[in-house]
Amino acid sequence: MRLPSFLTAGEADRVVPATGPSALLTTISAALMAFLAVFALALSLSAGQLAMRWSDTLSQSATLRLSATPSEIGAQTTAVLEILRTTPGIAGTRVLELEEQRALLEPWFGPDLPLESLALPRLIEIIESPEGFDATGLRLRLASEAPGAVLDDHTRWRRPLVEAAGSLRALAWVSAALIGGLMAATITLAAGFSLAANAQVIRVLRLVGARDAFIVRAFVRRFTLRALGGAAIGTALGLAAFALLPVAGESGFLTGLGFAGRGWLMPLAIPPLAALIAWIATRIAAQHHLRKES
Amino acid sequence: MVIRLANVAHDYGGRALLAGIDLQIAPGAFHFLTGPSGAGKSTLLKLCYGELRPSSGQIELFGQSLATLSRDGLADVRRRIGVIHQDCRFLDHLTLAENVALPFVATGRPVPTRDLLDLLSWVGLGEQVESLPPTLSGGERQRAALARAVILSPEVVLADEPTGNIDPEMSQRLLGLLIELNRMGTAVMIATHDMGLIRAAKSQVSARVLRIVDRTLQQAGADL
Repeated sequence: MRLPSFLTAGEADRVVPATGPSALLTTISAALMAFLAVFALALSLSAGQLAMRWSDTLSQSATLRLSATPSEIGAQTTAVLEILRTTPGIAGTRVLELEEQRALLEPWFGPDLPLESLALPRLIEIIESPEGFDATGLRLRLASEAPGAVLDDHTRWRRPLVEAAGSLRALAWVSAALIGGLMAATITLAAGFSLAANAQVIRVLRLVGARDAFIVRAFVRRFTLRALGGAAIGTALGLAAFALLPVAGESGFLTGLGFAGRGWLMPLAIPPLAALIAWIATRIAAQHHLRKES
Repeated sequence: MVIRLANVAHDYGGRALLAGIDLQIAPGAFHFLTGPSGAGKSTLLKLCYGELRPSSGQIELFGQSLATLSRDGLADVRRRIGVIHQDCRFLDHLTLAENVALPFVATGRPVPTRDLLDLLSWVGLGEQVESLPPTLSGGERQRAALARAVILSPEVVLADEPTGNIDPEMSQRLLGLLIELNRMGTAVMIATHDMGLIRAAKSQVSARVLRIVDRTLQQAGADL
């Protein structure tokens, strides 16, 4: 006689039927949540990178605006450049050319602006060294030696932008946490539904002497595997969507939304996390159900 | 004593179903429980293995009070009681062999494959090990339920209308298996309203017949 194969205690989940509405609900909801979690993670990573990039870019440069009459502008420029050259923390300076100023003004005034006839201030770009310079001290020197010079170290621009990027990042993490909570709620609901639908399974298991721990393990294992499978599918789809996104240019608010380098590995944590959520949610639901039914 | 009920009453939906029940099942005893449909035979069996709790009175299973048993404690006690239901209560997505082996799996023990196959051969199901329960006949399902009930070598087997859905020939076969089991030392209690089955059993084994009359348990007359 051929020896049949049996389920073992390690395959406890097989006592719970593999199919049914709750199985589909768990798998699909885990897939959807994982898909959304990939986007939340991408948003969080991108917001973090954006905050860092804005902060770095703006903090490493400053602009000096010099207003003077045409007869004095040359001497004033030389004096200012000398002050900047002797100021610690300044790596270099560059006087913007007329064409560069034209390019800056073109979006507002068009290409035919007669810059030569306008008393435009002279713009000097300041490149900071890594240790940075003392903006307050420089302002004081400029006020005494070149009264027409105004230093803009971008602080008033940088702070709100960095704060906005930080808020965006926090929002993304909150979204990820909400997605996790929603996943837990959905799986708890599905587990409760499955426990009720499988009342016969529970009755049979109790009849043959199964302890609560075995019954809980059977449902937990089934739901954890379903959530893991669904989340793996959702994560794969999310990553595929990002891989297929067109590469953004250098400009634009959402430049760099997505994953880069080792960032691509981070979404791989989503399926195990979803499985952990399912494990906890089903365990609580099953224990509650068995306590109620005893 | 394997099972002891003292002054047990059970109400269902506000109606007294059983009252003043005293019952003792000793090791190796053979009992029949009879009475009209709806008298409370199934309820009494459920009280005997702890699926139902009494409204009043004391139930002791292997010397332990049901009232103080934890859920795990009750699970441990149930491993010593084999139960056969009229509807068999199988998991339809598992094979016959897996259903019969379920008590081993549920208690975390490895399935003794050879013993299992011997058991299935003993109940005449050696060829259906891979069949799914819905494909089995009523008699086959009852014999499979018997195999599952005895696979952990319980000290008592409780059978609820085990011959209710099967033909007379199969009833006799199933009865023969239960009598054989009793001769090996297992206490047996069968709830049935099949008088022919009781008479047939009494010609082979010393059986005590109990009858539920007006919610109470009485010893049946000598006519049985």
